[in-house]
Amino acid sequence: MNISELKTYEHDVIVVGAGGAGLRAAIECSAQGMNTGLVCKSLLGKAHTVMAEGGMAAALGNVDHRDHWKVHFRDTMRGGKFLNVWRMAELHAKQAPERVRELEEWGAVFDRTKDGLINQRNFGGHRYPRLAHVGDRTGLEMIRTLQDYGIHQGFEVYMEYSALDLLKDGDRIAGLVAMVRDTGEFVVFKAKAVIFATGGAGKAWKVTSNSWEYTGDGYAMAYQAGAELMDLEFTQFHPTGMVWPPSVAGILVTEGVRGEGGILVNSEGIRFMFDNIPQRFASETAPNEEEANRWLAGDKNARRPAELLTRDVVARAILKEVKEGRGSPHGGAFLDIANRREAEYIKRKLPSMYHQFKVLAELDITKQPMEVGPTLHYFMGGIRVNADSQMTNVPGLFACGECSAGMHGANRLGGNSLSDLLVFGKLAGTGATDYCRSLGQAPQVDAQQVTQIIRSATDILNRESGENPYLIHDDLRETMQDKVGIVRTDEDLKQGIDQLEVLKQRYQKVKAEGTSQYNPGWHEALSMRNLLITSEAVAKAALLRTESRGAHTRLDHEGESDQWLQVNVVIKKGADGSMDVQKVPRPQPPQELQQVANAELEDLETAIAAEAKT
Amino acid sequence: MAKLRNFKIWRGDSDSGDLVNYQTEIDEGMVVLDAIHRIQVESAQDMAVRWNCKAGKCGSCSIEINGVPKLACMTRMNDYGEEETISCRPMKSFPVLKDLVTDVSWNYRQNQRIEPFKPRPREQDGNHRMMQEDVDRVQEFRKCIECYLCQNTCHVLRDHQKNDEFVGPRFMIRLASLEMHPLDTADRIPKIREEYGSGMCNITKCCTVVCPEHIEITDNGIIPLKERVVDRYYDPILWLKRKLFGKKDQSK
Ligand SMILES: Cc1cc2nc3c(=O)[nH]c(=O)nc-3n(C[C@H](O)[C@H](O)[C@H](O)COP(=O)(O)OP(=O)(O)OC[C@H]3O[C@@H](n4cnc5c(N)ncnc54)[C@H](O)[C@@H]3O)c2cc1C
Ligand code: SF4
Ligand code: SF4
Ligand code: FES
Repeated sequence: MNISELKTYEHDVIVVGAGGAGLRAAIECSAQGMNTGLVCKSLLGKAHTVMAEGGMAAALGNVDHRDHWKVHFRDTMRGGKFLNVWRMAELHAKQAPERVRELEEWGAVFDRTKDGLINQRNFGGHRYPRLAHVGDRTGLEMIRTLQDYGIHQGFEVYMEYSALDLLKDGDRIAGLVAMVRDTGEFVVFKAKAVIFATGGAGKAWKVTSNSWEYTGDGYAMAYQAGAELMDLEFTQFHPTGMVWPPSVAGILVTEGVRGEGGILVNSEGIRFMFDNIPQRFASETAPNEEEANRWLAGDKNARRPAELLTRDVVARAILKEVKEGRGSPHGGAFLDIANRREAEYIKRKLPSMYHQFKVLAELDITKQPMEVGPTLHYFMGGIRVNADSQMTNVPGLFACGECSAGMHGANRLGGNSLSDLLVFGKLAGTGATDYCRSLGQAPQVDAQQVTQIIRSATDILNRESGENPYLIHDDLRETMQDKVGIVRTDEDLKQGIDQLEVLKQRYQKVKAEGTSQYNPGWHEALSMRNLLITSEAVAKAALLRTESRGAHTRLDHEGESDQWLQVNVVIKKGADGSMDVQKVPRPQPPQELQQVANAELEDLETAIAAEAKT
Repeated sequence: MAKLRNFKIWRGDSDSGDLVNYQTEIDEGMVVLDAIHRIQVESAQDMAVRWNCKAGKCGSCSIEINGVPKLACMTRMNDYGEEETISCRPMKSFPVLKDLVTDVSWNYRQNQRIEPFKPRPREQDGNHRMMQEDVDRVQEFRKCIECYLCQNTCHVLRDHQKNDEFVGPRFMIRLASLEMHPLDTADRIPKIREEYGSGMCNITKCCTVVCPEHIEITDNGIIPLKERVVDRYYDPILWLKRKLFGKKDQSK
């Protein structure tokens, strides 16, 4: 193949992914004078971010003035079971408010308080009403705002292009090869730096809130290029996905339902979350319905209802009810808002939930309870990055948003993702700009690498016969759901890893029918490689971590262990091509941050109030 | 109960194409997009269709089902009779790329033409203040998921192909959301008349009927814009008064 015949685009920075993180990164690169290109698999404005519902967390203090970055930081660390990269949680809590205001400056119209400020709602694990929101379509507001602002900032958008693999010049990044989805044509992007904002990999599971785009492309491409992956064992199962009818199982029911007062009930009519309050949160959670009801009525001295405990806790509690025979008819729990709020209020605050249940489940949530159960939702782990620059261990490769690791530790608080996208999207843009400016000679593209990437892709089409990619995918989803699910054991994980080996063999013979032109079968087959690499990494990390922490629950190793708090599981491609899985010690956090995270809430609040006075 | 159902799906590309017959089993609760996906796995691996969220939030899966422009992910199979054949075609107003996928890039170009949001300065404490009742209308327009079903339906574009003269209902409400934004300071009225084509719309409301977000595109968006255009060009005194008192949004 003569690569000079391929279409080649040259930019300083290529951003892969056009969700909140990618758009924010591209805006920053352009603002700093970089010639920037943005590549995404779907049409612009359709990335996963568009689906986010509940809101974005930032300590604006508009609804409860006691809020402060330190309280947000403390909540985030506790929600993450202290495994978060301290510096990232600090940067996030400090910078989120300004990023939210900036979004407003670019045209976002958040719901308002009585005083005309940005309104904020309650969410699991957040001490105060903290989520800036627009009904239950906050993600749409965010992505549309960034899109409408971004298209005037001078970066090029390449939509419906799939990045296939990275190109390197020696150790550093030189660009990437992509495929134009509607024609099947290959193109080369030459770049000094590449920022991944590719999102997660929920499509490896059967029940997930994620779309077809979430096939772990960023993880796998970074891994192939020598980057490190971290904390992949922490896969968040959101407690409330739809469970019925089967064709919509997994579709998200926003935590906003509970934030607005919704309660979880089992088949015996019992509000079971009160029986599932972990020690760590006992002093901050209402122990009974009476206090929880006062909280709903707006009593600032009442503590939060147990339904608003962190997601890992609620997901496991629902699972327990189902396992012990107290589940709803279709194997979930009842989520009831109908008896808690007026119909008009529900329709105003949760319009898309109302619509979603009405159309997809023929159920009126203002009259009947919903049936909900856990659904694979979010990857806390991902590509390992430097907390300040977002650069990986591969010079010139950056990552931000859901595809990067560290910010959320062992469990993400709801609403912390959307603000994470903006904070670290911007930082990645700055990081990549600084890197480009520091480069001497521009990296060169190696023709042989390009040819290799294209050949692997076309082999799938050119094979005489082979396996149906959709069926391999179905089997992968069964494996991950059964063996690498919400609760894990040594035995299951080992079986899962064996099954993944078999799937990898089958994948060698995958065959896509048809031509290269807009061919979903071929696209599916191409992303299968990435799903398989990601799945293997998740399973192996989960096998190594012999403790239960946050979203990672080992039935054979109950409870958190102090030793495991000292390390991250880090994965990279070994010299022999096999997956190298290591425990890597974590650096000691700064004293000041440690004090904030460990403080009693009351002490911290007193200190903050005193600070404000001086 | 699973039941075998008949489908006719348009297969082809920009050169040629035709409806092709398929059959697949339908389970309780399935939507048309589920059926398309099942057919893809069983007998049409390379059949092209766009989708993302499967919950009516992203606006990717717009097609014409039995002649009606709809989101495939929010159209239930049990909306149709058990014996009825379901036909699926790509949106008519946009060039076909392949099968059910069309080239909607024209819409992105219209958005690019629109003068972006231009806010007034923040207040002294660094905040912007807006009352909920003053943003209700803007929020209604901002519910738009850019499915382009309205663009596909509007006869100005669909039957008369006046794509050079009219940005279409989607972008009329985008313009309305900017013009009615309490913080915005730009003036797009001259362009709304001269370039974006507010005069092309003759208020048939077909766009409103197909909007999956139930946005009152015509009544709440286009008609008020038309009124502003009229005010500006035919009642300059009123316009001047508004300008002098700096109350761009009071009439909103
Ligand atoms: C239903 C739902 C509700 C949620 N609600 C909330 C909420 O209320 N609050 C909150 O904080 N978080 C929420 N989340 C989580 C949050 O929305 C996501 O974590 C976040 O949007 C991810 O953003 P991102 O920018 O990292 O990536 P995404 O928005 O997912 O974008 C990924 C981008 O990468 C592109 N891409 C991927 N692979 C390739 C490739 N190979 N080539 C080219 N492009 C590629 C995709 O096309 C896409 O543009 C929710 C998630 C879901 C699914
Ligand atoms: S009301 Fe106007 S914009 Fe809507 S379909 Fe009719 S002519 Fe088109
Ligand atoms: S206005 Fe309605 S129909 Fe038109 S693009 Fe937006 S959501 Fe779709
Ligand atoms: S798939 Fe998102 S609207 Fe249909």
